[in-house]
Amino acid sequence: MRLCVCVKEVPSSLVSLRLDPDSRRLVRGKGRLNAPDVHALEEALRLRDEAGDGEVVLVSMAPEHAVDALRHGLAMGADRASLIADPALAGSDLVVTARVLAAALERERPDLILFGWESSDSGGAMLWAAVGERLGLPVLSRVWELRTDDGTVWGRRQMEYGFDVVQAALPCAVAISGAINAPRHPSLKGLVASKRTEVDRLSVADLGLAPSDVGETGARTRVLGLRRPPEREHGTMIEDDEHAAEQLIEHLIERGVL
Amino acid sequence: MSPSTLVFVEEREGELVPGSLGLLAKAAELGGEPVALLCGSGVRDLAEELGNWGAARVLVAEAPELDGPLAQPRVDVLAGVLERGGYDTVLFENSALTADVAAALAARLYAGVNWDLVDLRMEDGELVGERLAVGDTVLVDVAWTGEPRIAVVRRGILDPSAEGARTADIESVDVAVDERSTRVALVERSSDRSQKTSIETAEVVVAGGRGIGERDNLRLLEELAEALGGAVGVTMPLVDRGWYPYAHQVGQTGHTVRPRLYLACGISGAVQHRVGMEKSGTIVAINSDPTAPIFRYSDVGVVGDMLEIVPRLTQLIRDRGLSA
Repeated sequence: MRLCVCVKEVPSSLVSLRLDPDSRRLVRGKGRLNAPDVHALEEALRLRDEAGDGEVVLVSMAPEHAVDALRHGLAMGADRASLIADPALAGSDLVVTARVLAAALERERPDLILFGWESSDSGGAMLWAAVGERLGLPVLSRVWELRTDDGTVWGRRQMEYGFDVVQAALPCAVAISGAINAPRHPSLKGLVASKRTEVDRLSVADLGLAPSDVGETGARTRVLGLRRPPEREHGTMIEDDEHAAEQLIEHLIERGVL
Repeated sequence: MSPSTLVFVEEREGELVPGSLGLLAKAAELGGEPVALLCGSGVRDLAEELGNWGAARVLVAEAPELDGPLAQPRVDVLAGVLERGGYDTVLFENSALTADVAAALAARLYAGVNWDLVDLRMEDGELVGERLAVGDTVLVDVAWTGEPRIAVVRRGILDPSAEGARTADIESVDVAVDERSTRVALVERSSDRSQKTSIETAEVVVAGGRGIGERDNLRLLEELAEALGGAVGVTMPLVDRGWYPYAHQVGQTGHTVRPRLYLACGISGAVQHRVGMEKSGTIVAINSDPTAPIFRYSDVGVVGDMLEIVPRLTQLIRDRGLSA
């Protein structure tokens, strides 16, 4: 079984994330693997190990510096990694990103494609559906529990009201929810091996796309400008001096809440 | 020119999702006559209600494949409707179902999709979306290149409005679901599929976050909630630890609540929490860290130990016979 995990590099903290007023793009800087993607990777490693054979491949569309984040994934136990790093990709939007990832995934012909939950820097919890659509694959999203057996995949899916169970035949794309497993730490052996594993580099041309297909020219959305959101008026503050509960109750009575 | 807007109205267990009705009012505000698309099985009666919320016309797509909350058959319906022409904008309210529908539709039509929008407006004849980014510290104005423009609005942001109530024309649309779109099967439905969980209907929500420290301390929140006749809410980390059921989770990946009184106890107030409760009436935060972000969006903030303050509040409310 070949399992591909789509991963993204995100800043180590929101503090190092900013919007560049000139390019109007998120400046991410060097970071780590998006935490939910690490859970997706752990699921892939578990499925590979349970099956006793197979291959886990990391696929990422990111700037060159994401290679270190990918090495972390290799150290955890992924077999290979493919990095689509191309300056032409800057400014790509969701449909372009889906097109590029789908083109890279097509080369791998995976049985299962795994995605993490929303990325911590943009909250775009929908990329998998666009990638699945482009590849013509069934998609199971918001999966909290994943099982495969003889070419079928089951997912316990988190809905607004509770959990449904959905099922599809492989090949299939699955977006898991953030906290469904405890990701393993890289072993010393894994760390050593990850340094020796070559990360494949793919350019836009390698994927059969023209530079104008991607980036800002290929995008179907654009950013007009950035503003500071209106500040909410600061509320009343109460310091706890043994009487905070009483003061709070008085406030709430005054406001007509109690 | 005003947009020709198609509003995807979500039906869940025989009820219309309120936020998706709010899209109809927003579409009317943008100009033009909003048209609603309602997909499901046996939803014709619900379609009649949509005029009350401002739909000029309702397209009803009914088929057995549209019975469960699966995205692909709905993408087929939308693509068919859009192919026949007449719409340049499609609006969704974000949900487990619609996020997948909107993204797959965008990929199929190679159309622009902007998501997590908190508002939409027309500016010089162009549709502009407003999106909060970087932990809600930056407001980004976004637009679309080409049509159709697909917009996904953050959950719980838009209120339905009966102002534009009218009698809507209702028409059936032909449903042609591709075989490829039926490959995901729904094999088991959740036993509890009620539209609203207790925290969504409660007038008071007493919510706890990581600051509660130990699982046993949830009892303090339950007692205060009981004294106020409210419900207990929790943040994602507590649900992840298995301390409380998902039905009580407030926030981006949980539920959106709008009680009259929201008490945040030991919640630092990350944006993922904020989006699930910021429309509450009065927001009270109790946190020992005076720099916690929650205080920036609270009406009343108490700096102190919730483990001491919460039981005192419960006691005072009981002793004085207060109610919310």
